[in-house]
Amino acid sequence: MSQTIPQNTEYNFKVVKQFTVMTIIWGIVGMAVGVLIAAQLVWPALNFDIPYLTYSRLRPLHTNAVIFAFGTSALFATAYYVVQKTCQVRLFSDKLAAFTFWGWQAVIVAAVITLPLGMTTSKEYAELEWPVSILIAVVWIAFLIVFFGTLAIRRTSHIYVANWFYGAFIIAVAMLHIGNNLAIPVSFTKSYSIYSGAVDAMMQWWYGHNAVGFLLTAGFLGMMYYFVPKQAERPVYSYRLSVVHFWALISIYIWAGPHHLHYTALPDWAQSVGMVMSVVLFVPSWGGMINGIMTLSGAWHKLRTDPILRFLIVSLSFYGMSTFEGPMMAIKSVNALSHYTDWTIGHVHSGALGWVAMISIGAIYHLIPVLFDRDRMYSVKMINTHFWLHTIGVVLYIVAMWISGVMQGLMWRAVNSDGTLTYSFVESLEASYPFYFVRFLGGVFVVAGMLLMAFNTYKTIRSDKVRASEPLPAAQSV
Amino acid sequence: MSSFWSGWIIVLTIGHLIALIVLLRWNMKNYTDVAEGDNMGHEFDGISELNNPLPKWWTYLFWICLGWAFLYLALYPGLGNFQGLLGWSSSNQDVRSLEESEQARLQAIEDGQIVQYDRERARAEDVYGPIFAQYASMSIEDIADDSEALRIGQRLFLQNCAQCHGSDARGGIGFPNLTDGVFNWGHNPADIKTTIMGGREAAMPAFGEQLGEQGIREMAAYVLSLSGRNVDRELARAGETQFAVCAACHGMDGKGTPAMGAPDLTNNVWLYGGSQRAVEETLRHGRNGVMPRWDSILGEDKVQILSGYIYSLNN
Repeated sequence: MSQTIPQNTEYNFKVVKQFTVMTIIWGIVGMAVGVLIAAQLVWPALNFDIPYLTYSRLRPLHTNAVIFAFGTSALFATAYYVVQKTCQVRLFSDKLAAFTFWGWQAVIVAAVITLPLGMTTSKEYAELEWPVSILIAVVWIAFLIVFFGTLAIRRTSHIYVANWFYGAFIIAVAMLHIGNNLAIPVSFTKSYSIYSGAVDAMMQWWYGHNAVGFLLTAGFLGMMYYFVPKQAERPVYSYRLSVVHFWALISIYIWAGPHHLHYTALPDWAQSVGMVMSVVLFVPSWGGMINGIMTLSGAWHKLRTDPILRFLIVSLSFYGMSTFEGPMMAIKSVNALSHYTDWTIGHVHSGALGWVAMISIGAIYHLIPVLFDRDRMYSVKMINTHFWLHTIGVVLYIVAMWISGVMQGLMWRAVNSDGTLTYSFVESLEASYPFYFVRFLGGVFVVAGMLLMAFNTYKTIRSDKVRASEPLPAAQSV
Repeated sequence: MSSFWSGWIIVLTIGHLIALIVLLRWNMKNYTDVAEGDNMGHEFDGISELNNPLPKWWTYLFWICLGWAFLYLALYPGLGNFQGLLGWSSSNQDVRSLEESEQARLQAIEDGQIVQYDRERARAEDVYGPIFAQYASMSIEDIADDSEALRIGQRLFLQNCAQCHGSDARGGIGFPNLTDGVFNWGHNPADIKTTIMGGREAAMPAFGEQLGEQGIREMAAYVLSLSGRNVDRELARAGETQFAVCAACHGMDGKGTPAMGAPDLTNNVWLYGGSQRAVEETLRHGRNGVMPRWDSILGEDKVQILSGYIYSLNN
């Protein structure tokens, strides 16, 4: 049986290109805002007494920009690319795909405007007020239709594992977003959640932790399952491992939210179940890392010469590290020390900067030459420099936050011989200053790397060297 | 929780863990028609997949975690209404008052339950209680002369009082300065202790409607004049004619009534600010200062030491 294999020109790469370029731009914006607020923690005067620049308003802007503008744009770009290439078919609907691009950019622009103005639902990672929230839901459902529509018209017999993860991520995020954002509007810019008290807290962290689980983990595992074997030019290590870890991961993650609410008004049973599931989650999480890293079997030497592969593999190492750290922090007695400290911030960033950003950056360096018909990126040396800038930045960041987090936890619980607290809060803050500076420095490294990436991308797109031949092995029919 | 929801949680939790066991066991066997280690035969954009077995160490890890999950859920509360074999809970739940809390505490001891919060409190009481008890019999004046007691008092203050009164006890707008010798509710050691033990609720009524804007301006001027401040004499004279309203609490001479917390208006100490504007604001809308009660939080022994510390700041 033979089939015609679609050439690149028959795919919808326009929307992939758009999302790819915006990923880099929003990455720079989101991370730069992060560096600014990191600097504000060291030098508070940097808010210039302007309400729009205060930490409290820029912090949600930073998180929204890196998660929803940078991270999610990368997911849109790669999901649209991967689903087309692995299903050997053009996107289900070009018009809907274009709508998701412009709709998503509108969401981000709305966030950039409303969050500094102080409009917020006050729900972490779900701060955007109801009109924007509805737009997100509409765009997301369009995304869901385009993605699953494309799967439905695929020309391959099986669905590739990357698409399982992308599919799970798209469905779960729709469910989480709509569930957590149910609210009653009182004006155009203000609404109140329909949940209250401990139920509100539980809904919020059911959403919050699964934003991590499905958006920042499952989505990016989808990315990993395409770009790692592709860049390494090696087969995926174990099909059966991908089956177990996929189903285990997506089914367990949904339980893990209560570990954000240990020792609170949440009932004991919910805390216990959340903790148990979070610990079990450790194993399927590592399944993904093993499958990714073992895919490199027989091609380890490529790490020496290929900085793109280095981005991808180091991202998996950070993924393994933070998915070990997470279940550990979910254990109640560890959480009693780590909760509310900078340790949590360090943990999040080893996931966000180490795993999410590095796998996205690697994928984008792989994508740009393909999308714009070039042999390779303008400068491989710059990719290598970016790799080191980013790695040093992430290590500085997370080590600083680990030390300051454990220190804060220990200072907060230290007591005198009469049982009174040894340190006041402000003393622990003072002790954190040096680490805040190191964190700021780490952020500067990361942003510097992103600027280099933007320059490299610009030069690649603007160069008129169109590639002579198809360098990648053409897909074969099943 | 109703038995329906309890059952719901149990079935979902246990059912899920069992499903994971089935999933793991199923994939530990080679159910495909491809030999172990061989290519699965499907290819996607040049990517193929191998049929390698699950890494052994990884499956062991999975078994250990699943086994631990069952063990934990057997020992601790997690499966709906099932309390767990240890009889452990983090705190007494569904408690709505201090009385109920005390009842629940005693009940838990009787039933042999482990209530972590109660146990930690009891342990702290055992270790630290005697330290505070040794000062309970000392008078507040004597505590104010005892350097060790004052050190403890300062720590208690920093931990419990500094949030409002500031770490130097100098207060702020709306929060009394505790170092200036001015105490609206009385400056005797016994008064200070009563304030801390039972809390205070001050009520300065709003006079905006009764006096009108002009009246407010006049009264503010008169009140400021009582502290010898430079004011518009005519306004102040007009204000004086209305002062009887204020005198009910603050006294005809404006020297205040500690018994009801009405401040002395003649000492130029202003809890809510001493500008013409701030005093007008106070008159217009009233003020309702609240000092929380600490007897049930700190206990009398600690309050005794704290009273000594506050007393020492002023004497």
